[in-house]
Amino acid sequence: MTAYVSGVGIHPFGRFGELTATQMGATAARRALEDAGLWRPGERTVIGGVFCGTAYGGVAAGHRVMGALGMTGMAIIDVEAGCASGGAALALARTAVGSGQMEHALVVGIEKMPAGIIRSSFFAPWQEAGGLTPAPAFFALRAQRLLREAGLTKEHLAAVVVKNRANGVSNPNAMFRTAVTVEQVLASRVICEPLHLWMLCSPNEGAAAVVVSRDRTSRSIEIAGISLRSHLPGNILGEDSPLCGIDDTGITPPSTLAATDAYEQAGIGPGDLHVVECQDTDAARELLAWSELGLCAPGQQAQLLEEGATELAGRLPVNPSGGLLSKGEPLGASAVGQVVEICHHLRHEAGERQINGARVGLAHVIGRGANACVTILRN
Amino acid sequence: MSSDAEHPEPLHPGLFRIDGDGRITLLGGRSEHSGQSHFPRQELCPYSGADDVVDIELARTGTLVGWTTVNIAPPGYFGVVPYGLGIVELDGAPTLKIIGRLTVADVDAWNEGDPVVVVADVVSRSAETGPGAGPDPSATDVVTWAFAPVSS
Repeated sequence: MTAYVSGVGIHPFGRFGELTATQMGATAARRALEDAGLWRPGERTVIGGVFCGTAYGGVAAGHRVMGALGMTGMAIIDVEAGCASGGAALALARTAVGSGQMEHALVVGIEKMPAGIIRSSFFAPWQEAGGLTPAPAFFALRAQRLLREAGLTKEHLAAVVVKNRANGVSNPNAMFRTAVTVEQVLASRVICEPLHLWMLCSPNEGAAAVVVSRDRTSRSIEIAGISLRSHLPGNILGEDSPLCGIDDTGITPPSTLAATDAYEQAGIGPGDLHVVECQDTDAARELLAWSELGLCAPGQQAQLLEEGATELAGRLPVNPSGGLLSKGEPLGASAVGQVVEICHHLRHEAGERQINGARVGLAHVIGRGANACVTILRN
Repeated sequence: MSSDAEHPEPLHPGLFRIDGDGRITLLGGRSEHSGQSHFPRQELCPYSGADDVVDIELARTGTLVGWTTVNIAPPGYFGVVPYGLGIVELDGAPTLKIIGRLTVADVDAWNEGDPVVVVADVVSRSAETGPGAGPDPSATDVVTWAFAPVSS
């Protein structure tokens, strides 16, 4: 089921005052269509379907984006899968194109989030009233366990922030574009021990889009594998935030389920990757993703950090875009934004951040549901 | 059930029983098919979907396996901050871990494996419904469960 990314577009992630998610989505979508050579105002569109990833966009959010472009008539479907919404939209587009249902599909991820701790209709009001829903606290409990089991310290968590923020400096689409030091990260206020403010990504605003096409062109990037998976029950520290859990040592996390499937589709393994964008909701989340995606063995994270293996100049750069820690996280847009970043590298158009010789990349998101999506892109 | 200062309502029906001594017993479920317990009680086993769930009373004591402090009130919460949030492995059901509030918010006061006991705690319930609506002046106190250190 072959399909290609034939065009990419992004609206910066950040805070944009009165600008609506619709406007940001229209900007990203137009850029992607232009990039694919499919922006043809006044002509009947060749786009067979639109998949719009958003968690907070409201009713018919994708229709509003396409309406703003004067480009409707095709199927327009909103896709919600928490932090993996954009990945879920891309997975559906790839199926629609790869199965021959349409020649071109547009994927657009949009979001305009309030600042602060994310509120989610995922939880019952009594869970909120009981103080049982603060996402940073669940992240902190998971970070505490990771530090203990992987022999990591808060300095290692800070090192992830330092790495990603350094990468974000040269990303014009990132929200935070200043480099930081370990000392500065540890001096930022504690949100939930062991997580400090700068170790957590900021929910924010933005949009990203890609065109998925049946035929290869000179600028196309192959979607070599994509898989969306949910959690298996029982892990008390999963993104589904259950109130109880059991011994989870034998429970495969959703990111691993999705990665295993995507690697199999692509016929590759983690050793074949040249660039990775992964979910860094908090600094510990990135380190957990490294082992869940098979980039390293559990407990090997400190070694990779100390070797600089995942830095821009390392043997496997992770989050060259600056990650969510630099870009912020507009839920519906973040996964599509990762795919845009990987495509830039695989097309050798990533500018100062370019990873030389990158031909295979992986994008990973995980969030509420739980939902995990892993996309493997190949040039 | 009427609510007053002497007899506040529970946070949610079916989570626990308040005993005569004011202590709390958490009410869970257990599936013979999966061999696993869970909390709160569900219709089907949350790990296997088995429909053989029976009511169980969870142990009042356990050990702390994870803990942190919540310094900022999350959306929809109107109780005191800071407060502790932790994971406890209950005695007698060694594979069952429960999330709950901790009566001691200070992270430095806790250590892995600390013995804890289930106690009643009070939070404020508001009728507010939307983000940013703020606390409701008619908010009432409700009883919830929490984990307290076993006094030595």
